[in-house]
Amino acid sequence: MPPLAQRNLFHDKVRLTVTLTGIVFSVVLIVVQLGLFLGFTTATSNLIDHSGADLWITSKNVPYVEQGVAFSERKLNQVRAIPGVADAQKLIARWTQWKRHDGGQESVQIVGINVDDPLERPWNLVEGRVEDLKSPDAVILDELYKQKLGVTRIGEVFEIGGHRARVVGFTRGIRSFTTSPYVFTSFKNAQDYTGLREDQTMFILARLAPGADWHEVRSELLAHVKDVEVFTTAQFSRMTTFYWMFTTGAGVAVLIAAVLGLVVGFVVVAQTIYATTMDHIREFGTLKAMGAPNSYVYKVIMKQAAISAVIGYVLGMIVSFFVVQGSQKGGAAILMPPTMAVGMFFLTLAMCVGAALVSINKVTHIDPAMVFKG
Amino acid sequence: MQSAIAVRELTKTYAEGSAGTLALRGVDLDAHPGELLMLVGPSGSGKTTLLSIMGCILTATSGSVRIAGREVVGLGEKQLPALRLEHIGFVFQGFNLFPTLSAAENVELMLDLKGVSAAKAKKRAHELLDQVGLGGKFESFPADLSGGQKQRVAIARALAGDPGIILADEPTAALDSHTGRNVMQMMSDLAHQRGRAVVIVTHDSRVLSFADRIVKIEDGAIAAPESEPVPAPLLTQTLPQASAGLA
Repeated sequence: MPPLAQRNLFHDKVRLTVTLTGIVFSVVLIVVQLGLFLGFTTATSNLIDHSGADLWITSKNVPYVEQGVAFSERKLNQVRAIPGVADAQKLIARWTQWKRHDGGQESVQIVGINVDDPLERPWNLVEGRVEDLKSPDAVILDELYKQKLGVTRIGEVFEIGGHRARVVGFTRGIRSFTTSPYVFTSFKNAQDYTGLREDQTMFILARLAPGADWHEVRSELLAHVKDVEVFTTAQFSRMTTFYWMFTTGAGVAVLIAAVLGLVVGFVVVAQTIYATTMDHIREFGTLKAMGAPNSYVYKVIMKQAAISAVIGYVLGMIVSFFVVQGSQKGGAAILMPPTMAVGMFFLTLAMCVGAALVSINKVTHIDPAMVFKG
Repeated sequence: MQSAIAVRELTKTYAEGSAGTLALRGVDLDAHPGELLMLVGPSGSGKTTLLSIMGCILTATSGSVRIAGREVVGLGEKQLPALRLEHIGFVFQGFNLFPTLSAAENVELMLDLKGVSAAKAKKRAHELLDQVGLGGKFESFPADLSGGQKQRVAIARALAGDPGIILADEPTAALDSHTGRNVMQMMSDLAHQRGRAVVIVTHDSRVLSFADRIVKIEDGAIAAPESEPVPAPLLTQTLPQASAGLA
């Protein structure tokens, strides 16, 4: 086929620029919003997904991790006694106040762990060691929140919940969905920081013995440990994510913005492809008069849409790449996994082809007799 | 000899409001291979409607139209394009070239529609442009061509499908008299030397001398009797270059 589609597309540089701008805008907006959604989703369940546990044991009616309710730590031994449980550890995850040197206070989320146990250890450490948490009053936090918490270096001392806290390490990329940074510390410190009694914990994390069936272990736990709920890590992760993303409406707002990006892109592309089609309507009439079937004309329009999609996608992804890179230094990460990048290509293609259908509808109804009118 | 186009008792009514407008009323007409037939008549007389129906791009209200012996009245929207592609080449008053395609690509487009491979289409397009005297303009775009050259590209495009019928709507209207004669000579050669049935709608009295037969349409009907060509001494000069090119 002679390059009619390409030539029509590139003939009007201004219109092409408008088309591509619309697609790029749409691609970037969708990537940013979906990436934010993904980033938020990851952040909401970060703590749970990196716990290394198979089961989470909570008080009754705990809908998400930040809403944990303290219960007796004596249940830990009951849990450990259940057949199929290989190991279990206590965990505290609770909000409290961090006092900056300038007197300002910031809300933080204390994560109290058993430092000797592999469960729920801070990950991605860039300074310090997890074992440093064994020293008195030691805490580890993420470098993203240094400024927020007024921290500049290891060794600085602050106050958490009225108790002394000394920074012994930094992680990288452990974001909290809420504005409260995670602060990792020993279980004992966490009890002090959060005001829990010495015999209280908020969660028990359990690992299953090889070959153990989690359904059976869960049943045993519910039968022998009173007033608790038992979730798999995946279940509790989903519950927490669902709460933050949908019950609060935060995720819905982000998704709506992504859909708006799609709609805006669709409208801009549809409008410009339609205008291009109308500019060339007489040529399409000539094609039909010459004997071209509708399918041939459709191919020309679809090819224009596909070329626009490919160029717009490439440009949009280049811009998105820099936006995503820039977001890594901020509190709200925009994630763009390879599957999303590939998916965006097909979404862009679908958007442009869908937009071209408006023009196709117009071309279908061209009266080829128009070619004889002057 | 079988008519290339045979029209019988043809009527066409355009639906406008409750009444409708009768554009053609009981037209009988034949166009023969090797003949240059001209349709003349005042504006609104129905000649372009007749040409459109003969070209299978407008459907008749009643009557019969046979193209190369095949009845086309009643054929569906999907069958008519294929029929046009196989039997009919069009030349338009406004040339209707694709402005973003070169002269050669305009011709190749027709060959592409016919399913000719790209390499063969390119070769054939160059041959056709050579034949219409545009050997050096393969890569020129319509905007860079004169009116006469554009019409020659349009003729080359019409010939690309190797149709038995050429239908032209005011092919000289946008051309000066010299160029118009040149184009008409080509059309004449298509009929007389290549055996095409050429039907031309025209208002241009300067070109009537090229006709083998002139049919006058008035108020949607043929005004009897059909006439022989009107002598036009000024237009008797032939154009050797164009004529030789199509030989």
